[in-house]
Amino acid sequence: MTLLQTHLSTDPAAPLARRNPVAKLAAALIPSMLLLVSVDPVSAGLLLTAWLVSVPAWGVGWSGLLRRLWPLALAVVMVSLGNAVFTARKGGATLLEAGPLLVTSESLATGATAGLRVAAIALPGVLAVLTIDPVDLADSLVRYVRVPARFAYGSLAAFRLAPLLAAEWEVLGRARRARGLGGDRNPLRALTVLGGRLFALLVGAVRRGTHLAVAMDARGFAASAHRTCARRPVFGRADAALVAASALLTAVAVGVALATGAWSPVLS
Amino acid sequence: MTVSDGGAAVRIRGFGWRYAGRKAWACRDVDLDVAAGERVLLVGPSGAGKSTLLRAVAGLLDPETAAEVEGSVQVDGAPAAAARDRVGMLLQDPEASLVMSRSGDDVAFGLENAGVPADEIWPRVDEALARVGFRHGRDRPTAALSGGEQQRLALAGALVRRPSVLVLDEPTANLDPDGTATVLSAVDAALAGAGTTLLLVEHRVDAAAGLVDRVVVLEPGAGVLDDGPPDEVFGRRGAALAAAGVWVPAPWGPAAPPFRPGPGGDVVLTARDLTLTYPSTRRPALSSASLSVRRGTAVAVTGPNGSGKSTLAMLLAGLLPPDTGSVLLSGSERPLHRWRARDLCRRVGTVFQDPEHQFITRTARDELLVGPRRAGVPADAADRRADELLDRLRLTRLAGANPFTLSGGEKRRLSVAAMLTTAPDLLVLDEPTFGQDARTWAELLELFVGLRVGGTAIVAVTHDEAFAGALADARVTVSGGALRDVVEVRS
Repeated sequence: MTLLQTHLSTDPAAPLARRNPVAKLAAALIPSMLLLVSVDPVSAGLLLTAWLVSVPAWGVGWSGLLRRLWPLALAVVMVSLGNAVFTARKGGATLLEAGPLLVTSESLATGATAGLRVAAIALPGVLAVLTIDPVDLADSLVRYVRVPARFAYGSLAAFRLAPLLAAEWEVLGRARRARGLGGDRNPLRALTVLGGRLFALLVGAVRRGTHLAVAMDARGFAASAHRTCARRPVFGRADAALVAASALLTAVAVGVALATGAWSPVLS
Repeated sequence: MTVSDGGAAVRIRGFGWRYAGRKAWACRDVDLDVAAGERVLLVGPSGAGKSTLLRAVAGLLDPETAAEVEGSVQVDGAPAAAARDRVGMLLQDPEASLVMSRSGDDVAFGLENAGVPADEIWPRVDEALARVGFRHGRDRPTAALSGGEQQRLALAGALVRRPSVLVLDEPTANLDPDGTATVLSAVDAALAGAGTTLLLVEHRVDAAAGLVDRVVVLEPGAGVLDDGPPDEVFGRRGAALAAAGVWVPAPWGPAAPPFRPGPGGDVVLTARDLTLTYPSTRRPALSSASLSVRRGTAVAVTGPNGSGKSTLAMLLAGLLPPDTGSVLLSGSERPLHRWRARDLCRRVGTVFQDPEHQFITRTARDELLVGPRRAGVPADAADRRADELLDRLRLTRLAGANPFTLSGGEKRRLSVAAMLTTAPDLLVLDEPTFGQDARTWAELLELFVGLRVGGTAIVAVTHDEAFAGALADARVTVSGGALRDVVEVRS
């Protein structure tokens, strides 16, 4: 929920924030494809550094980004520690030995690489998602990726209901407490109450969805044969350049990893 | 620039509609002719099929949801389903009518669907926004608008398609008095000189009567009962309509009930310095609020939407933990929000704005047994109390019915009854009269007056001036998260 709810101010006029959503998603996807096939500190480190350097150009403030990203940072640390402890590579100097727990310099390096890789995969995606306006995304998906308009704009409308459902969930919890339910120590009873609350939320969501569908049809959505788009999503040179830069960067990362001998494909 | 292509005539002949799975017809035997440019208000008791009829005119009734259909509905000679482009519709809940996250995009949505070329869209959007008096820019997030502004935006979204018929289904039902005035004046301004045909269902008939030149009275299952200019129809039928629960406007309807003071008593609830800031917002929803409530009195809490009055109600009811300050019930040192739910429900009853949020069982009678069971009341005493309450609130006939299938008024009465089963010292009511017909309204008032005589303390958050005027021994105004005036009312 933190990712959805924390207030974050972004500057929509920043050079990379202004790019077409499809270009942003493509630019974020290209390096992660590479990182999924290779586990080496060189390519992951290079890519992560490059994306970190690009953060100001996305119009996202550092403090806001950190506030939003703490669950991710936690995940990176957990992955690093987990890999450092559980890896089979236990060569090098012993750093910590406590019973079955053994951490060596090699296992620590393995852990750090794993963490670096997770961060390098996640950061581009997070930057893209944070700066994409859902309406622009729907427009671009319909125009450039040929996603059916019915699906794209229908999802968009449903997406708008998410915060309403979050608020409804809170109200349902209070309403149950008012009836004397909740706060039980008996887990079975607590589960029953939770189930009832979830069902009530679902009933409300279906009803809202039905109303929304009627409202959309009242404005000709269902009968629409030749839909136009008021906003003109542009996929310009700058957007192509963003995708190309991402591809180039990824290629350089592979090259450097190969040259330094660090390259280590997952499936080998 | 033209606002519409003029009005269209609506012709309804022997229309009837029965939803699948229902025994009763939603409406039947309706014959009605509305000339192009006429402005018509449909009134009738709940269950008269007003909403169904409006949807039929808008061509939005899905034949697959019907068990039986009779007659025809035509817009300028064409079946309504084929004339959808000529009819604009506005629904009750603006939250569930907006599609886009930016205001301008939302208005443009209907034009995109109609295939209007992109360079013609924005001038028309701007024109529609100006027409309804929308004060913000096109980039304004729809989520940042108040309910009245959202409904105004939804109206622009309907008008931008230049409909020949505008159909409004209780457009102000979810709004506070300011929002209601905002939307109705926008409708009036938008239609001035446009010649658009208007069909309106509005729960607060008094607020809408000035917009129309014709009133049509519908009778459940029996079509049109009366038809004519507002003063004639209300003059002829005012008393009968009021008895059926319709809110009849001032000269013809019953006068507002007078203030009846409560007996008073000891302080039962004390709130000190309550402050609460919701996560993900910066401004506190409520700050440094202090209030005490006596037995046998009623306190009305009023203020605009978003002022923090519902937050105050939830804090007073022990349903939300405050950041600072405390709420104490007489005889206990434990702050109310720390009470176990089963103890809380014995002394504080809370009635939520939407009754459905509180229903947790499959039958109306079971709803009345939940509280006593949790509070440890013996079964036979609980049974007796449940039957007594069902009888008192005219629900005996519905004891075995699923709460979700009841009418709006029945749901409200049941949700109040469910809170009375444990005979709480304090009743907290969040908009108890919201959306109720005149008959249920009067019954609720009578019930609360009686409870107060018995020593119950009542805190009511309400926009309803008539209700507050008749019941409140003290008035509290909340604005911008602070309690402004705390006034004792003298009889």
